[in-house]
Amino acid sequence: MDINLPTGAEKLIQCLEREGVEYIFGYSGGAAMPIFDALVDSRIKLVLTRHEQGATHMADGYARATGKPGVVLVTSGPGATNTITGLLTGHMDSVPLVVLCGQQIVSLLGTDAFQEADVTGLTYPVVKHSYLVKDSGDIPRVAKEAFYIATTGRPGPVLIDLPKDVTQGECNAPFIDEDDLDLPGYTIPGRADPARIEEAAALLKSAKRPVLYVGNGAVIAGAGKSIMNLAEKVRTPIVNTLLGKGAADETHPLHLGMLGMHGTAYANKAVDGCDLIMSIGARWDDRITGKLDEFCSNAVKIHVDIDPAENNKILQPDVFIEGDARLAIEDLLPLVETGDTSQWLDQCAAWRKQYPLRYPKQGGLRAQHVLDRLHGITQGHAVLATDVGQHQMWAAQFCLSTNNRHWLSSGGAGTMGYGLPAAIGAQFGCPDKKVWTICGDGGFQMTQAELATAQIHRLPIKCLIINNNFLGMVRQWQEMFFENRYSGVDLEGNPDFVKLAQAYGIKAFRIRRPADVDRILEEAQDYDEGPCVVVAEVVKEDNVFPMIPAGAPLSGMLTEKPKTKLAKPTGST
Amino acid sequence: MSAAQPLTSTGAGLAPAPALSHMHTLSLFVHDRPGVLVRVAIVFARRGYNIESLVVSPAARAGFSRMTITCSGDPTTLEQIIKQLAKLVDVVHAIDHTGQEVIESEIALMKLECGIDERTQILQIADQFKCRVVDYGPESLVIRSYGSSEKIDALILLLEPYRLTELVRSGKVIMTRGIETT
Ligand SMILES: Cc1ncc(C[n+]2csc(CCOP(=O)(O)OP(=O)(O)O)c2C)c(N)n1
Repeated sequence: MDINLPTGAEKLIQCLEREGVEYIFGYSGGAAMPIFDALVDSRIKLVLTRHEQGATHMADGYARATGKPGVVLVTSGPGATNTITGLLTGHMDSVPLVVLCGQQIVSLLGTDAFQEADVTGLTYPVVKHSYLVKDSGDIPRVAKEAFYIATTGRPGPVLIDLPKDVTQGECNAPFIDEDDLDLPGYTIPGRADPARIEEAAALLKSAKRPVLYVGNGAVIAGAGKSIMNLAEKVRTPIVNTLLGKGAADETHPLHLGMLGMHGTAYANKAVDGCDLIMSIGARWDDRITGKLDEFCSNAVKIHVDIDPAENNKILQPDVFIEGDARLAIEDLLPLVETGDTSQWLDQCAAWRKQYPLRYPKQGGLRAQHVLDRLHGITQGHAVLATDVGQHQMWAAQFCLSTNNRHWLSSGGAGTMGYGLPAAIGAQFGCPDKKVWTICGDGGFQMTQAELATAQIHRLPIKCLIINNNFLGMVRQWQEMFFENRYSGVDLEGNPDFVKLAQAYGIKAFRIRRPADVDRILEEAQDYDEGPCVVVAEVVKEDNVFPMIPAGAPLSGMLTEKPKTKLAKPTGST
Repeated sequence: MSAAQPLTSTGAGLAPAPALSHMHTLSLFVHDRPGVLVRVAIVFARRGYNIESLVVSPAARAGFSRMTITCSGDPTTLEQIIKQLAKLVDVVHAIDHTGQEVIESEIALMKLECGIDERTQILQIADQFKCRVVDYGPESLVIRSYGSSEKIDALILLLEPYRLTELVRSGKVIMTRGIETT
C-alpha cells in the first residue's frame, strides 16, 4: 500500500470538508470504522447521538434551520435501517440530507453476512438518489454528486452505501468540481418561462378575490420577501401550509395564518371563497384540500413549483409555472398591478374578527395557553421545532412565524420523535438563536434519549413537553369519530419528566398552573447554560379546533365540538 | 390565455377520472448506472401499474441504455409515472409513444406439442404468418414469429388449440420514424 495515498475513508472526509460540512451526526459500528477513524483528524465535528433516527432528525433540523445539507454517518445493517424514518421525513419535506452508511465488504454482499442489509434496496422509495460504492476510486465523484443532487432543484436525501473494503482501500482519484459533473439525466429548473409568468399576471389582474397559498417551496427558495411584495402590490391575502410557516410574515395584516385541516377559520374561509388561488411551492396536499373535487372548484389556479412532477399530480392548474419560487415571483412582480380587492380584504378582515382562534380560559392548564404565551415571549425570533400531534397544530396556530427557517416540523411524514433531535440539529447550526422544541409526551419519548446529546454539548435548547398523558391527537379522533372508544391512546405510566431530565443532569421546570406559565417560560428562555426541559402538565382531554375532518370539504370546517355524532371521516387519516 | 378572458377556470379542477385500462408504450433513455432498472420498476409498482413487457438494451451512445416498456393502467396515473421517471437522476428522457405511428417489432418463440397428423394445419398457419419453424422434433415444433405485437397476439390465438406448451416473447421494441427522438 502506497503510504502517500489516502484511504477511501480519508478521501471521503476530505470531500466533505470541501463541501463545507461542519457537523456529522452519527453512530458508530464495525462497517463504518474506517470513516469514524478518518474523522479523528478532521476539522469536521462528530456529534455522537443516542440513536440513528435521532441522527437523521438532527441533520434534518440542521438543514432546515440553515439551508445547508445535513450529514449523517451510521454503520451497516441495523444502523442503516434505523435511518429510514429520518429519510422518509426528509424526503417528504424536501430536506437536503447526505446519509453515509457503512456496509459489509464487497465480496460478501448478498451472502447474509454479519450486519449486511441491502440498504440501497431498502431505501429506494425514500431517497432522491442513492449509491452503492464498489470502488474506492469512485468516492470523490459520488460524494460530489451526492451533495449536488441533495441540495439543488427540489432538495432531498441522498444515501451513500460504503462497503468497508471500499473505505479502507486506497483512493487515487482526484477531487471533482461541480463543472466536471456528468449527470445527463439531472436537470434543475431555474427561471420560469416568461409566457407562463405573463399568463399568471393576466389572471391575477382580473381576479377579484385572490389568495396566495404559500408552501415549503417558498421557504426553500427564500421567496418570502418577494411574496410580501406581491401580496402588497396586488393587495391579496396570504395563507400558508404547516411547512410554509415563516416564508412570509404571519403577523402581517394581509396574512391569515395556516390553512387546512387545523388551519385558522379565516384562512380556510378565504380559500373557500376565493376566485383565484396561487400556490407558491405548495403541493395541494390532502391536509390542505380536504374533499378534492369541492376544493376551490370555481377558482382559477396558478401553481409555482420547481418540480414539474407536481403539475397535475393532484389537480390541473390553469397555469403551471415551473421554476424557483423566488425567481418566479420576482419575474411576476413588475407585471402585476394594484388590484381592486378592498371588498375582499374587508371580508377577510371580518372573518378574522368573527372566527378568532380561541380557547377556554378556565378549567385548568391548557396547551393553547402555554403556546400562546410562548409566542408572546419568543415573538417569532426563536427557532421552533415541533413534534407531531395536537401540540404541533396548536403551536402552528398560536406561534406565528415571522422569520424564514425558524419553523421546523415534520409535515409530509408526520414523524413523532422529530422535535427534540431536530431542535438539537438546529441549535448546532444556529448557535446564536434561541431554539425551542415543542413535544407531546408521546413523541418526546420516541427520541428522548437525545437529551444526553444535548446535555453533553451544553446546547441551550429548551424542550417544552406538553404533557396530557395521552396520545392526544389520536384520542381526539376517537372522541369525535369513534364514540369515545379509547384504544391505544392512554399513556398512563409516563415517567416524571422533570425527574427524567434531572437524571441527565438537565435543568427542569414544571408548569401546573396558568399563573406560572409566563414566569417559567421566561426563565427557560433566558436559561443558557445548557438544555432545559419545561413540562407543562395540561388538561388531559382537549381538542384542536378548527378542524376539517379528513375528506370533508373546507365548508365542513368545525370551529367547536359538534353536538351531534360525526360520521367516520372518509379521507385517509 | 389573454387578459381579456373572463376569470373562469379553464382546465382547473380534478385531474380527469381514471379511464379504463389502456396499453401504453414508453421509451426511456437512461444513464447506465447501478440500480436504474429497480428505480424505474419502483415508480410503476408504487402506483399499482402493471408492466406488460420491458426490454433493456444498450443504446447507440456508450454508457447509456434503452428501455422500451409496455404497460397498462389509467392515463392519469401514467402521466404522473412519466414525470416521476423523468425525475430520476439516471433517466435522461421518458417519452410516451402511445397512439403514435412508430416502427415496432417483437419476436416470439412458440413450442407446440403435436403429432405428425396435426403438423400440416400448424405449418399452414405458420406459413400464413410468415413464421419460421426453427426446431422439428418427433413430438414437437418450435416456431419463431417476428413482427408487430398484434400479429403475434393473433398467431397465438390460432395456435392455442394445438397444445402451445411454451411461449417466450421478447417484448415490444419501438423506434420513431424520421428524425424524431424515440
Ligand atoms: C412515529 C409515529 N407513530 C404514530 C403516529 C400517529 N400519531 C399521530 S399524532 C399521535 C399522538 C401524539 O401524541 P403526543 O406525542 O402525546 O402529542 P399530542 O397529540 O398529545 O399533543 C400519534 C400516535 C405518528 N404520527 N408517528
